[in-house]
Amino acid sequence: MRVKLSAMRVRNELVRRIEELSGQDLLACYQCGKCSAGCPAAFAMDLLPSQVIRLVQLGLVEEVLNAKTPWFCAACQTCYARCPKGVDLSRIMEAIREIALQERGDYLVIEEIPAEELAEFPQLAFISGFRKYTA
Amino acid sequence: MRIAYFPGCTLNTTAKGFDNALRASFAALGAELVELPEWNCCGATFPLLVDNMLDLAAPTRVLLAAQEQGDRLAVACTMCYNVIRRTNNRLRADADALEKLNYFIEAEYRGGVEVLDVLQILRDDVGFEAVQAAVKQPLTGLKVAAYYGCMVLRPPAEVAYDDPENPHALDDLLRALGAEPVEWPHKAECCGAYLAVKSKEATAEMSYRILSSAQRTGAQAVVTNCPLCQFNLDRQQLDMGRRHGGYQPVPVLYFSQLLGVALGLDMADFGWERHYVDVRPLLESLG
Amino acid sequence: MAIAPIQRVLIIGAGIAGMQAALDIANAGYEVVLVEREPSIGGRMAQLSETFPTLDCAQCILTPRTVEVGHHENIRLQTYSTVEAVEGELGDFRVRIRRRAAYVNWDVCTGCGLCQEKCPKKVVSDFERGIGPRKAIYTLSPQAVPNKPVIDREHCIYFERGKCRACEKFCPAGAIDFEQEDALIEERVGAIIVATGYDLYPLSLLGEYGYGEVPDVIDSLAFERLLSASGPTAGQVRRPSDGKEPKEVVFIQCAGSRDPEQHKPYCSKICCMYTAKHAMLYKHKVHDGQAYVFYIDIRSAGKRYEEFVQRAMEEERVLYVRGKVSRVFREDGKVMVWGTDTLSGQSVEVAADLVVLAPAMVPKAGSDVVAELLGLPVDEHGWFTAVEANLQPVETGREGVFLAGAAVGPMDIPETVAQASGAAAKVLSLFARWAGKNEWLNKHETSNNASARWQEDVV
Ligand code: SF4
Ligand code: SF4
Repeated sequence: MRVKLSAMRVRNELVRRIEELSGQDLLACYQCGKCSAGCPAAFAMDLLPSQVIRLVQLGLVEEVLNAKTPWFCAACQTCYARCPKGVDLSRIMEAIREIALQERGDYLVIEEIPAEELAEFPQLAFISGFRKYTA
Repeated sequence: MRIAYFPGCTLNTTAKGFDNALRASFAALGAELVELPEWNCCGATFPLLVDNMLDLAAPTRVLLAAQEQGDRLAVACTMCYNVIRRTNNRLRADADALEKLNYFIEAEYRGGVEVLDVLQILRDDVGFEAVQAAVKQPLTGLKVAAYYGCMVLRPPAEVAYDDPENPHALDDLLRALGAEPVEWPHKAECCGAYLAVKSKEATAEMSYRILSSAQRTGAQAVVTNCPLCQFNLDRQQLDMGRRHGGYQPVPVLYFSQLLGVALGLDMADFGWERHYVDVRPLLESLG
Repeated sequence: MAIAPIQRVLIIGAGIAGMQAALDIANAGYEVVLVEREPSIGGRMAQLSETFPTLDCAQCILTPRTVEVGHHENIRLQTYSTVEAVEGELGDFRVRIRRRAAYVNWDVCTGCGLCQEKCPKKVVSDFERGIGPRKAIYTLSPQAVPNKPVIDREHCIYFERGKCRACEKFCPAGAIDFEQEDALIEERVGAIIVATGYDLYPLSLLGEYGYGEVPDVIDSLAFERLLSASGPTAGQVRRPSDGKEPKEVVFIQCAGSRDPEQHKPYCSKICCMYTAKHAMLYKHKVHDGQAYVFYIDIRSAGKRYEEFVQRAMEEERVLYVRGKVSRVFREDGKVMVWGTDTLSGQSVEVAADLVVLAPAMVPKAGSDVVAELLGLPVDEHGWFTAVEANLQPVETGREGVFLAGAAVGPMDIPETVAQASGAAAKVLSLFARWAGKNEWLNKHETSNNASARWQEDVV
């Protein structure tokens, strides 16, 4: 499908929210792909990290909210540490998760976690997991 | 030397062995880790939304508790270190944030505490030479892969006390203990962290990449400073053999455990029983 | 031959390249014959609004040069003229120049401009790239050097129908001369610099982009004129069809460049930079406007060029879209642009108010004639070729003939100026040798074999 680009779309409300929440300048990204090249979780993602930024640059936020990628970001900061433009992609991922969580509800439900894992996993796994996956 | 110490929730529970070995080793080296009299969970992950002030309250309380004990805080858990240090950076750089947070916690944190990772203290205050001098049972012949994970390295400008792309503090420590650290490319790769609670496949694969890389260099153990990395890398091996035929498990240890062993300390409470991959053969080989 | 070589140079083309070379040589004390086809000098640069990456006002930095050239005692300016024949060789070229009839006696014309005001005939101006008018009697711009008009015979009502002569009626100096004829001028020079410059690829050959069909599809030079304070809109960005301020503007790079199959295989080198500049200046003028740049690669290999492009993206919020546009057409008063974003794999469509194409650069029309006159080789696209591209970039295979500027291929202003000064230096080193006063020169063979040989053969 041909996507209609317009000033309205590229500056839409959600794009602005992502910029606000993350504090990042999306257009600073010049799509070099270094983030995707080094992302340790990219193999599990449906969109590369750099493509997430690209789609938001084009105003196509829905596609990003529908994607799995933000949920596979481990906030490891490899992307940010190496980004030549200083884009903190981990913050952009967090902003996208935040919007998705608010609009669509929690991604992680405690009841779904097997009892044995509840018993064995260290606290920080759960605490950080819930921080990232619930509103 | 005495220094205020924040163990964090995980070192208080599942990673108790890390904590025990660490305190005993520090004591043996003449450095006392003095646990904060009162502390709370730091939140485990640094909030990445700019306006998320609420989640900064918990780490600010930790900083407040530290302020009462002096101007330096030693943190053992790398995730806690990352959160508390970044929070501290923010509060130091942003007067508004500091004011807001002080209002939240109804107290006055002044921004004066220095947040340090325990490995950093070992290197800079105790000194690896002093450590080496104190070694009773050198780990001679033990090939180890030092694994740093993310939290003491990234973002570099905020948390790193080592070369962020080619860290070596842990390698240097292990060398001081008599072990032989291997050169390997995955020492700063992410293990998957909290992905483990939701995405098993992804975490399994991330762990496998790290562990198999270490093994290709002939490492007999992976040694880390992060309780979540230790857990992920260790536990994922339970069924790694099923995914990757012929996979041979490798023990994943805390550096403090090996430090305690090399210093010749009583290692009964080092938490060996908590490991998924049996560490006994390795310990026996060390004599 | 026992005559002394002539320490005088002919420069063909008075754009920034020809002007630079002329000034370098004239300021060293030698005479220059500067021939320009247009009625006034300045070339392409005179059409530009601002220069990258400094955003200097092009007029402001050019005007002191045009004025200096215009007044220089050592520069014989021959505008509205072409070179018709060249004979002879290094040290002694005999050149025939045809000065077209301007139908205005420039010796008495004061440049008051009344004739242009009174002339009833409006013509679409080439200088304004088709988006602005001039009269049948015209100068290229109010800052023209020389500031003397010419009558365009093709459009003049008097020449067409035998009636009008409005200009003549109003000219207070009595300068209009409908009987004027072309003049032939002979000049003798010792060296020649070719600085014929470039044109833009005819966009009619890219039917898919709608140029010529859709009034709001313009080329990059037309956009320069829109941005220019001295342009037809006095620097206001207005689209040609209805004069409205365009709110969504699409810039399409590589229109005809890097297209070995259908158009030109080479990169035109300057378009990435001027497009970034265009998008930036557009945003300076239309704050709530949205600019899109469709590109294949961004080539910004000059000092502070990359920083400039990144500024366009970050500070001016220009949306760069990686992909060549496939089709441009008109629909409901909009210019529809069909492109794709290869970075995301999305095909996109923009309903634009204005589309600006960055056409390939091609050799200046008529440079083939110059090449033939001088017996100079050109490449398959018509660009002049240096005798050796790496180490002798301004020398031709013909002794005493040098190249400057975009006659050689796509080149931006700083490179053009540097090359022009290089060509001037070559000429001056010949002149110095011919002066024969320098002890050292007399004793040594130098890498400048041409000059050495000339001494053997001629002196
Ligand atoms: S590394 Fe930085 S600039 Fe490059 S694509 Fe990723 S976010 Fe964009
Ligand atoms: S922070 Fe997220 S997106 Fe960035 S490298 Fe790590 S996992 Fe990938």
